[in-house]
Amino acid sequence: MNEATLEIPYEIPEDAFNPVEPFLRMERMPHIWCPGCGIGTTVNCFTRALLDSKANLDKVAVVSGIGCTGRVAGYARLDSFHTTHGRAIPFATGLKLANPELQVVVYSGDGDLFAIGGNHFIHAARRNMDLKVICVNNMTYAMTGGQTAPTTPATAITSTAPYGVFEPTFNLAALAEAAGASYVARWTTYHVKQLARSMEEILKKKGFCFIEVISPCPTLYQRRNKMGDGLDAMKDYKVKSKVRNGAPTGECTLSKTGEITVGKFVDRERPDYLELLRAQMTQALGDRYVEPEGACCSEC
Amino acid sequence: MEDELAASITIQGAVWGGAKAFTVTSGPGFSLMMEHIGYAAMTETPCVFVNVQRGGPSTGLPTLPAQADMMQARWGSHGDYGIIALCPNSPQECFDLTITAFNLSEEFRVPVMMMLDECVGHMTEKVVIPEADKIEVTPRRYTTLPPEEFHLFEPKADMVPDMVKAGDGYRFHVTGLTHDERGYPNMTVETQDRLGRRLLDKLKPMANGRALCETEGLEDADVVVVSYGITSRVAQRALQMARQRGIRAGKFRLISAWPFPAERIRELAGRVKAFVVPELNLGQMVLEVERAAAGKAKVIPVSHAGGTVHNPDAILKAIVEAAQ
Repeated sequence: MNEATLEIPYEIPEDAFNPVEPFLRMERMPHIWCPGCGIGTTVNCFTRALLDSKANLDKVAVVSGIGCTGRVAGYARLDSFHTTHGRAIPFATGLKLANPELQVVVYSGDGDLFAIGGNHFIHAARRNMDLKVICVNNMTYAMTGGQTAPTTPATAITSTAPYGVFEPTFNLAALAEAAGASYVARWTTYHVKQLARSMEEILKKKGFCFIEVISPCPTLYQRRNKMGDGLDAMKDYKVKSKVRNGAPTGECTLSKTGEITVGKFVDRERPDYLELLRAQMTQALGDRYVEPEGACCSEC
Repeated sequence: MEDELAASITIQGAVWGGAKAFTVTSGPGFSLMMEHIGYAAMTETPCVFVNVQRGGPSTGLPTLPAQADMMQARWGSHGDYGIIALCPNSPQECFDLTITAFNLSEEFRVPVMMMLDECVGHMTEKVVIPEADKIEVTPRRYTTLPPEEFHLFEPKADMVPDMVKAGDGYRFHVTGLTHDERGYPNMTVETQDRLGRRLLDKLKPMANGRALCETEGLEDADVVVVSYGITSRVAQRALQMARQRGIRAGKFRLISAWPFPAERIRELAGRVKAFVVPELNLGQMVLEVERAAAGKAKVIPVSHAGGTVHNPDAILKAIVEAAQ
């Protein structure tokens, strides 16, 4: 971290108020994220999206898995669940089916959602389960020491690949589209306005929605790859990002130093899981089909 | 769901959404569910896991009976925690005890295992299903406190905290990390000790006074056959044959195998000659019987690697030997 960026060049007034504070569990601050980490930026965008979407916050639930991004659930002042590694999506599926009026947001990292939890991601997308999946992709397993993830680009140095990664990486956007997601977008933590707007869009859209956020990990990814600090990552994202809305996701593979294609790639209408369930059961059973009780009330 | 990893946590998402939920599996599927049994124990999520046991390890004996997951049911997930396990021995009990399992899971906020075996799982017998309003259902104990006064893991007098569900404005946080009474991660030695002990201690009533068991002829017994599940029905035949020979043989059938009713066995150990423990494994619950008997009575295992049930003669032979 550059020394200069640590200085605060002005005095913070006593009555200063951060508009995202009401959305956070301030009693849990300071958070665990490193200086220069992008996860906090994504949380800021998310809280702005919640504000702008005018969602009823009592009806928004956040489900996270394990890892640095997995800690988002612990800081969001919402009904929030910090589940097991890789299983945020199936937990969220149960939550949504038991209480369909909830807006269920899965907020987790690339290792959690696409390595250990990859199977659940493709099946939830296939079902078009009404979940909003936000994946902070820092291209490594950060919390555990910077090991190679399925998203680590070729030739990058990691703690488990000291001579460089040689495995092909996942293209998350193409995977999400192929599996059936209704909405697929990618932004970086440089694109705060676009990201917040994308998050607001998915909060208003039905079906399985996916946003990938490319985010810096200065401590464990950039340091080994001599890519500088958090600010250097912002400059890098600014230079290398190309907004190409509607780009074929197959052409949006990420590499260590190449173009970062960002934008909204997919926005389509498909019946979601509950609509499909209802349609099939009504066809098979006619009047005998009774809508499942969404949730037990406290009297039952 | 796509796999057992998913099923075993989807049910827990459903519970926090306000539903009652369970999942069913056998053998390898039960192994896959272990992490989430720990999550249910840690987050005190009431839910039910049904395991129709088959022979193992690994793929083992699909659709052939065994009772070899009894220790796994108790200890399978990492860390210290407690669960309840029930062992039905008939289709009627599968119905009745599933209701009991849900009720106990709500009362103690623990995962409850229904430990069937292939024979009981595939058995066809008459089942009486009572009118819905005749079935006793333990409701989820939701808090009556307003959100600002409510702490998610603050234990009540019975050591069990009250619940809430998502969407009711409590803005609560659930984590599998060691947590304080607010539900916030707190990885201090003190919090770990307090939480870990409570997760075990809250089940004490089930281990002792409220253990479910079926007994017969214990008053003057010289030998007590301790069994559960399908083996208890085979043991019944062996008990009949033993009594015909004039042996004072008593029956102790474990219905709730976990928490193990150690005090009941300890009390019996002081006045009987021996326990005979037939089970479709190479020695699992017999270890608990030995532990509780603590040398005061002989403990004779009648082990069987599974694939079919015992021959009643094998159990009879052990009873006869024990009575001498």
